[in-house]
Amino acid sequence: MNGLADFLAMGGYAAYVWPAMGLTVAVLIGFVVTSLRRLRRTRRQLAALEAARQSTRARRKAAEGKP
Amino acid sequence: MQRYANPGRFLRLADAILPWAAGLAAALILLGLYLGLIKSPADYQQGDSVRIMYVHVPAAWMALFCYLTIAAASFVALVWRHPLAHLVAKAASPVGAGFTFVALVTGSLWGKPTWGTWWVWDGRLTSVLVLFFLYLGHIALFTAFDDPRRGQKAAAILALVGVVNLPIIKFSVDWWSTLHQPASVFRLDGPTIHPDLLWPLLVMGLGFMAYFLAVLLVRVKDEVLSARLRALALVQAGV
Amino acid sequence: MKVLLALIGRDLRLVWRQRGEPLIGVAFFLLAALLFPFGVGPDTDLLRQIAPGIVWVAALFAVVLSLERPFHADHEDGTLEQLALTALPLPLLVLAKALVHWLTSGLLLVLAAPLIAVIYDLPGELLPVLLLALLLGTPILSLLGIVVAATTLGARRGSILIPLLALPLFVPVLILGVLAVEAAASGLPARPHLLLLAAGLLLALPLALLAGPAALRQALDEG
Repeated sequence: MNGLADFLAMGGYAAYVWPAMGLTVAVLIGFVVTSLRRLRRTRRQLAALEAARQSTRARRKAAEGKP
Repeated sequence: MQRYANPGRFLRLADAILPWAAGLAAALILLGLYLGLIKSPADYQQGDSVRIMYVHVPAAWMALFCYLTIAAASFVALVWRHPLAHLVAKAASPVGAGFTFVALVTGSLWGKPTWGTWWVWDGRLTSVLVLFFLYLGHIALFTAFDDPRRGQKAAAILALVGVVNLPIIKFSVDWWSTLHQPASVFRLDGPTIHPDLLWPLLVMGLGFMAYFLAVLLVRVKDEVLSARLRALALVQAGV
Repeated sequence: MKVLLALIGRDLRLVWRQRGEPLIGVAFFLLAALLFPFGVGPDTDLLRQIAPGIVWVAALFAVVLSLERPFHADHEDGTLEQLALTALPLPLLVLAKALVHWLTSGLLLVLAAPLIAVIYDLPGELLPVLLLALLLGTPILSLLGIVVAATTLGARRGSILIPLLALPLFVPVLILGVLAVEAAASGLPARPHLLLLAAGLLLALPLALLAGPAALRQALDEG
């Protein structure tokens, strides 16, 4: 128990050490999250565009089928 | 390298490397944090505040490393016109700026208990501040033009001009700060660093590198797919 | 050589037609330097101490604000593209633009600096060092600045982008320039700093003549 309290207190420097660690972790996680989100969004948009292309192609093929 | 100019090939390579890079990054960073926060000893003079060093110094290393990566990518982009090189530079820049920001703020948080003020005109901290603005300018250039390709080329040229200037800037700021610093300046990581303090530092440094690789791969993938998206949208519009 | 002189002559004539512009730059330089005493108080000792720094910072700002001028007019009316299409070697064009820019900004600042030295009560023996440092440093600013200006031609927020990109690159010149005067003030030789500035100028020349044309080419290729 004492160990945890001591650890968190960081020898009296807690007010400096923990924000520093927190900022670092926040930035690291932040970039991971935003980069992955962006990638996901691009993938979705790409898939949607591909699907639209398929359907236009299919429609056109069907239209060609009719004389 | 030319083989990976093919986007499809690059995407497959990226997908192969990514899980390893990410896993390695997570493992090393967690290990580094454990070593730095728990296992390693407090400093004789600075107490536990020295633990900030374990994020501050690797972040500063990465701030520099990312910029060198950008410079290399810019060189490849301009000289060999490798199509992915511009994308690498564009993807790396915000991450580099992020590391720089972390280096600055953690440096500040470390400096306050050590030197008594939030900002010290230490040669290193000040050079990193100038580097931060180089990053901001670089990032701004990509979106400054209507034609994205112009933005890429402009950014590449300025990245190279910047990298030539970087050692000059660092040298001049260092010199200036030593001339103006009071004689009793405390050298943060002295000439010889105790191995107990060195290991967490190295582990964190490697962890950050692996992290950079992983995030970079994700971001470049996104750039490649976005380019494909734009091309398809143009085709679609023509349909 | 003839081509170079022709380019310089043409640009100088163009600037002369709008000779207000460089003068406004000088006025801004003086005004900026004049504001500081109002901010920090009239303590002559303090002012004497910060004078070199003030002169140099004001010079940097004045130079940075004038960087849009060299390429702007030619770019607007298409002359730049015309010039690039001819057999004109681009490094020559860049050199001409940088030289004219220096003649109409840096050089003028060197001439105006003594006024600031007087207001700040800078000791007379420091003035030659200050002027020499400015003489060596401002061409570096013009050379680097021209590259930045060429790179940002036609950019959307060019007027804000140019200072953001140029000022970090200007920092070493600023530092060396101030250190030269401060060294002289404390009785130390200013020569090493001045030599470094000279070396910087010799370095900036090939850098600008390499990067400038590259920047112009990418600016003009995409139209």
